[in-house]
Amino acid sequence: MDKIWLVIQREYVSRVKKKSFLLVTLLTPLIFPAIMGVFVWIAMEEEGGQSLRIIEVVDDNKLFFLESSDQYAFSFSDSSPEEAKKLVQEGNRYGFLHIPKFDITEPTGISFYGEKNPSMNLISYLENNLRKKIEEQRLFESGIDPQIINDVRTQVAIKSITLDEEGTETVSDATVNYAIGFVAGIMIYMFIFIYGNQIMQGVIEEKSSRIVEILVSSLKPFQLMLGKIIGIAGVGLTQLLIWILLIGILTTIVTGFLGLQMPQQQAMEMANPEMTQGLMQNTDMGEILQVISGINYVQIALSFVFYFLGGYLLYGALFAGIGSAVDSPSDAQQFMLPVTIPLVVAYMGLFVFILNDPNSTTSFWLSIVPLTSPIAMMGRVSYGVPFWELALSMGLLIVGFLLTTWVAGKIYRIGILMHGTKPSYKTLWKWIRTNN
Amino acid sequence: MLKIEKLNKSYGANKALSDVDLTVSEGLVFGLLGPNGAGKTTLIRIINQIIDGDSGKVYIGGELLAPKHIELIGYLPEERGLYKKMKVWDQMLYFARLKGLSSSDARIKIKYWLEKLEMETWRDKKIEDLSKGMAQKVQFISTVIHNPPLLILDEPFSGFDPVNAEIIKDEILELKAKGTTVILSTHRMESVELLCDQVAMINRSKKILDGTIKQVKSIYRPEVYSITLDQLTRDLPTEWILKEDEGSYSFTLPLSGKHPNELLNELMQYGQVNRFQELIPSMEEIFIHQVKSTENG
Repeated sequence: MDKIWLVIQREYVSRVKKKSFLLVTLLTPLIFPAIMGVFVWIAMEEEGGQSLRIIEVVDDNKLFFLESSDQYAFSFSDSSPEEAKKLVQEGNRYGFLHIPKFDITEPTGISFYGEKNPSMNLISYLENNLRKKIEEQRLFESGIDPQIINDVRTQVAIKSITLDEEGTETVSDATVNYAIGFVAGIMIYMFIFIYGNQIMQGVIEEKSSRIVEILVSSLKPFQLMLGKIIGIAGVGLTQLLIWILLIGILTTIVTGFLGLQMPQQQAMEMANPEMTQGLMQNTDMGEILQVISGINYVQIALSFVFYFLGGYLLYGALFAGIGSAVDSPSDAQQFMLPVTIPLVVAYMGLFVFILNDPNSTTSFWLSIVPLTSPIAMMGRVSYGVPFWELALSMGLLIVGFLLTTWVAGKIYRIGILMHGTKPSYKTLWKWIRTNN
Repeated sequence: MLKIEKLNKSYGANKALSDVDLTVSEGLVFGLLGPNGAGKTTLIRIINQIIDGDSGKVYIGGELLAPKHIELIGYLPEERGLYKKMKVWDQMLYFARLKGLSSSDARIKIKYWLEKLEMETWRDKKIEDLSKGMAQKVQFISTVIHNPPLLILDEPFSGFDPVNAEIIKDEILELKAKGTTVILSTHRMESVELLCDQVAMINRSKKILDGTIKQVKSIYRPEVYSITLDQLTRDLPTEWILKEDEGSYSFTLPLSGKHPNELLNELMQYGQVNRFQELIPSMEEIFIHQVKSTENG
């Protein structure tokens, strides 16, 4: 046990002391708030600092009136298209919208002239506005008062409540659940890949530099492997912890700072106007808070830590086994496929099945099978998973990682001392079956 | 110190060791000889408990080999390595702790060895910044740091320049004088004759020879004499002459069943015998002869 502890220490300290670790750990969390901050700042700058853009409208139908907004003002004149174009060329107008005479049932030939390429925003703004006007016009022509349409327009939002066996009602919101499952699943996926690779690189380093022969004359290969896997897990957890702390602190600072200048609601509207409109109009703030507080954070956090470690240990052992069997990282490619495939399947499954329908049969099996469950189950947990499913999945994951560790240990023990021969799956199978 | 009885090991259909017996007494330098692939490394790995033998017994200090004996052995493998990114000091500390030394003991020992081999200025250098010879010294220190009573060195001089090889040789002899038993695996015969008290030779998984250097040398005596004659009184048989130098003739003759004195008598009839000496085979010749004869027989 003492010796495993020594290995863990070495693996941990030698990695945490690296400059690259410090850099990645400190910079990554800076990136998210920084990007957010930059966007908000740019948006505010644009809105505040930019002069009103005037757009000349020539409407040959003499039918449409576009309302000016904060950013765009529409000037209606009876000037000819040529005159309007000239205004744009001279820089007096930001752009020129030409609405030629057309049949109202089939509006064609509308053009926008601008000195610069207009933004998508502007074009869709113009399109939406014109569509509305044409629709109104057509309704009017068929004898319906547009005002009636406006009056009957209704927003519907369904409040979703989960009901458990004891009858406790919890307000839930698919968007929040989706986000939690999404983030947790991706984090586990990335963690397994990044740190699994580190295990493999470490094993290959020890093997190819022949340190391993000295090491295994002092401790059992299995101890060495386990020490490496656990040590690197420690590195990952340290990184995760620092990230969570930093992101938390920085986000609070950034939003706090910007929040003084810009109300939350406005910021959200800018990010996604349609969604927030719906949210704001029909669900009050209290309900969102209810949703957020209705989530079982303790359960999610505990499951996250469990699947995070379980998935890592399961795959980490496999990565160690692969590293021990080959002489160089390029040789490792041939054995990576069976390890990569279930991970990618779980990752794809997360988006295609689980987040959309967490209770489908596919979602269920993906979250039960140990190879995919660490990622898949995290996608389901925030939606609420029956206890027995969680227990089964966790139990199988434990069995799974004991099994992969055992298999990897068998390969590792022989592999680390083998040089110069490229093993095939057949030789690996032989190693697994060899008793020593 | 070390006793091996009927040790067998095979990898699939390949026999690596068959019925090997070996006894190494305390305080000796024991040479383990054999061509590549003979089974030396397998034997050493079994003693180090890196792998297990299929059958047979290994005793250390009279006790059946067990995990606790790891701390009694210092092992320098033929293919050696260090963590390139680790500092000399940390590296030594790690290996010493793995061999069971406490942190404070390890520090004292490392200091002692760094001073002894005049390497204190290197303690905070990374291995990748060291020359090959320097790294080899670090490796050697890491091997002996825990004062093991049994030292197993696999080709210890490969990679050393002559100056450093001399330093290491002296260290080995000093350790021996302090009572350390050393097993030296090598195919460099000149170091065998210089260092070893006893040798064992392994070829094709079998032990083919063992004993003290003198014993081994007496087993294989080709009984060939080196002769120099001058002031010839009679023409020599043409098939004899190997080298002529200003009337002095040098050649070798086998005894061919005769007594040395008979041969000498015979030679005296041709002229003045300036040299008459039995050719004692070097370890290298014995080695080659034994390997060949076991392969043919």
